Amino acid sequence: MKTRILISFFLILLLAGTSVSSFGQEGQEKTEGEKKFDASTFILEHIADSHEWHILTLQSGKNVAIYLPVILYSKEKGLDIFSSKKLADGNEYKGYKLEEEGDLQGKIVSVNKDGLADEKNLPLDFSITKAVIGLLFAAIIGLVLFLSLSRSYKKSGISYPKGIQSFLEPVILFIRDDVAIPNIGLHKYEKYMPYLLSVFFFILINNLMGLIPFPPPFGANVTGNIAVTFVLAICTFFITQFSGNKTYWRHIFAPPGVPLWLLPVMIPVEIIGLFSKPGALMIRLFANITAGHIVILSLICLIFIFSSLTVAPVSIIFVIFMDCMELLVAFLQAYIFTLLSSLFIGMAVPENH
Amino acid sequence: MTGTMAAIGAGLAVIGAGLGIGRIGGSAMDAIARQPEAYSKIQIAMIIAAALVESAALFAIVVALIAK
Repeated sequence: MKTRILISFFLILLLAGTSVSSFGQEGQEKTEGEKKFDASTFILEHIADSHEWHILTLQSGKNVAIYLPVILYSKEKGLDIFSSKKLADGNEYKGYKLEEEGDLQGKIVSVNKDGLADEKNLPLDFSITKAVIGLLFAAIIGLVLFLSLSRSYKKSGISYPKGIQSFLEPVILFIRDDVAIPNIGLHKYEKYMPYLLSVFFFILINNLMGLIPFPPPFGANVTGNIAVTFVLAICTFFITQFSGNKTYWRHIFAPPGVPLWLLPVMIPVEIIGLFSKPGALMIRLFANITAGHIVILSLICLIFIFSSLTVAPVSIIFVIFMDCMELLVAFLQAYIFTLLSSLFIGMAVPENH
Repeated sequence: MTGTMAAIGAGLAVIGAGLGIGRIGGSAMDAIARQPEAYSKIQIAMIIAAALVESAALFAIVVALIAK
């Protein structure tokens, strides 16, 4: 009985939805020749890095945005610092413009005499972009949290935890006891704890900040930016290689127990493995966070694609569900990055036995 | 044309991930049925394994995204 009521309820909703949507389309076609909603550009715009923090577009076509500073360096013109507002709407400023189409979309290019983009001579772009702002805020949040934590330890010594301490302490202990010690070993783990903890909390804070959609320091797709994950992976790579001991290098260049004729195959494979491990770390974090954002945004896009009122509650319920999933993924990816980093470090410093 | 190919590629990647996560979930169910007291440990291990499989699929999806 209950299911029948539910089914009929949804049928009514669907019918109402189609009628509303067809009505809406007719209205729009009459007024402004129906501009088709392009979901993929909309989504890619939201997950990409940009020089301005776009908030909303008013009905009059005016953009409400926070314009971030642009810092450029080129050999001919030297250093230039100005607001990205000067480049808004395709304007040209000091011989630079923001490319809006093609391969260089979203990048700042210098303009040559014909008013075209000079593709060979790109200026070096050190701008404070959306991702940079998000990253700086995450760093500030991390600093505030952990400096206050360490101050409370200094003040009251090791006692029962209070306030934020009681949330952070179990997480830190978890990283130490379940991630670092089993993978690196009891005698050597201490040296790597600062790196593992910072990488864990940096990724976690950035993931969580990316999930909060609105007030501007939040909502930047920082860990879904391949440059950020690349740098994190590079850190793990260098720490692993520089802490590698004799056993580690012998296992790469002279694996014990391997027949001689197999060495020409084994050594290149091992060397590729050195680079592919952090490469996988980089792509894993990037792809997980980006894919999460794409799924959430495309569920929101469903409302605009069907341009119907009844799709809205359904898509919002799905978005809330996906947000909860992403909350799990935010913790999980931070954990997996830390776990795999400590695993690689642990492989580089095996105990002699 | 490449867009269609990319979509097919993404679909194939998802088939693989689906099979993988299905197997992980099934085995975890078996394990929990045998040892209900190890429920929480099994669940954590299952989620980690599922995340690893998922990211393998996401590699393929990134390739599909770039190829588009």
